[in-house]
Amino acid sequence: MRVNGPLALAFHALFIAFILAPLAIVCVVSFTPLGYISLPTDGLSLRWFGAILDNPRFIRAFWLSLTLGLVSSLIASALAIPAALAISRHRFPGRDAISAFLLSPLMIPSIVLGVAFLRFFSTIRVNGTFGGLVVGHVIIILPFALRLVLAAATGMDPAVERAAVSLGARRWTVFRRVTLPLVLPGIVSGWLLAFITSFDELTMSVFIASPSTTTLPVRMFLHIQDTIDPLVTAVSALLIGGTAVLMWALDRLVGLERLFVGGSRHSG
Amino acid sequence: MARSRAAPYWLTAPALAVYAAFLVVPIASVALLSFHGFEFYGGIQPGLTLKNFRDVFSDSYYWEVFGRTFFVAVVVTAICAVLGTFEAIVLQRMGNPWKSVFLLVVLGPLLISVVVRTLGWALLFGSTGLVNKALLALRVVREPVAFMYSVTGVVIALTHVLVPFVVISVWASLQRLDPAVERAAVSLGATQPTVLRRIIVPLAMPGILSGSVIVFALAASAFATPAIIGGRRLKVIATAAYDEFLNTLNWPLGACLAVLLLVANVAFLYASNRMIERRWQAVFRESAA
Repeated sequence: MRVNGPLALAFHALFIAFILAPLAIVCVVSFTPLGYISLPTDGLSLRWFGAILDNPRFIRAFWLSLTLGLVSSLIASALAIPAALAISRHRFPGRDAISAFLLSPLMIPSIVLGVAFLRFFSTIRVNGTFGGLVVGHVIIILPFALRLVLAAATGMDPAVERAAVSLGARRWTVFRRVTLPLVLPGIVSGWLLAFITSFDELTMSVFIASPSTTTLPVRMFLHIQDTIDPLVTAVSALLIGGTAVLMWALDRLVGLERLFVGGSRHSG
Repeated sequence: MARSRAAPYWLTAPALAVYAAFLVVPIASVALLSFHGFEFYGGIQPGLTLKNFRDVFSDSYYWEVFGRTFFVAVVVTAICAVLGTFEAIVLQRMGNPWKSVFLLVVLGPLLISVVVRTLGWALLFGSTGLVNKALLALRVVREPVAFMYSVTGVVIALTHVLVPFVVISVWASLQRLDPAVERAAVSLGATQPTVLRRIIVPLAMPGILSGSVIVFALAASAFATPAIIGGRRLKVIATAAYDEFLNTLNWPLGACLAVLLLVANVAFLYASNRMIERRWQAVFRESAA
């Protein structure tokens, strides 16, 4: 009872193979010693990982994406934390409308946000700037940060705060010593998810990035549109490895499944 | 908690101000743009017109694009719903540590850039041809199948990108399922397939539906996967809008496509969420109690 039969396990094996196959092939191909896409049948080589270092365009795009992810996820969290605390702990007119509005970018296709920002930024002449990218990314990732802080703050027992007050704690002390530590896992995981979402974002950025502000996903996308070579597979293999490490950390921190419940945006 | 009545408004004000300036205004400006005319030599024309919408709806090319987008989204959603539901049920029945390991394997790819995941499929379909080699070796097909630049290829890669959303959503609703219900059914003589069909799937239905809604919305507006696997000729709405903005430079027409996608997406999400809530209210109330 409640044990998988052989048929279920066979399905499971195929499903996992389906999930892992494209990631595995990227990693395998990146070790090819040859100058074109091929399975490394005779010998492995780190040649293409070395080639990344000689390719300033990928290096620059990586640093740009990293900076962009850090800046925009910090801004998004700074905006989302007070809003989430207000929504979860107060009852006020317009509360549902405000919460729905702040989550609304999740309902807007990234491509629509991309053209909207392209049009808007061109009009005010900031298109292709780093500032423009930050603004666009903040809008796209804020709902993720908001949702995770909301979940943490809603699950909090208000009696704990009242207890602190009754014991003579001042409001700021209550916030710093009681409220903040209790919602901290939500804040940290929300910030991390926001960072990853920004770091991976392609569809919106492809519209508002300029040659001097090309993010890593955009650089890779443009490269793939042009040619698929072992260089781009080596970059991808590094990203897969980095994400695996982050994923392990996130799973330790909150449990990966809790991060995604309720739907998310990583549109194909 | 004794707090001033204005506090929640002050706390939400910064986020609301940012949204007003950088979400409402850009969306409104692109909506407005879709009502402007366009001349190849004169650029964007002053004066409002419905010409773009008339052009789009009277051109068989765009109907083909709409049809393809819708077809891909429906097929991807159906496949994701079936595969994702079964996988969630299998995962639910596993013991630890396998359960958490495989949950990580299934959900992890959501954190990896969609460009990387699609590149993997491009390698499997095209450059290495591994999928065709496997199919030929297993004698599933007689001749190599053209996956690259085909709807089949787009559907397979998009299914891979989006199926975790169904797994996680079904998995969440299975967590609320009381194992006693299943045991009761078995003790009354139900076979495993009957338990699955009559007990588990109906109780997981809210999860299956909400996961499918997310998958459909994301599949219909997908950009990277159709652009890489579908190539330049196999357009969907998102890649067609990209073309108008960055290649043809007919921004008003691209804005028109984007507005149509936005309206369809929001209407679909709103309608389906209301439908699910109304239909499954009883289930939600029960599980909340």
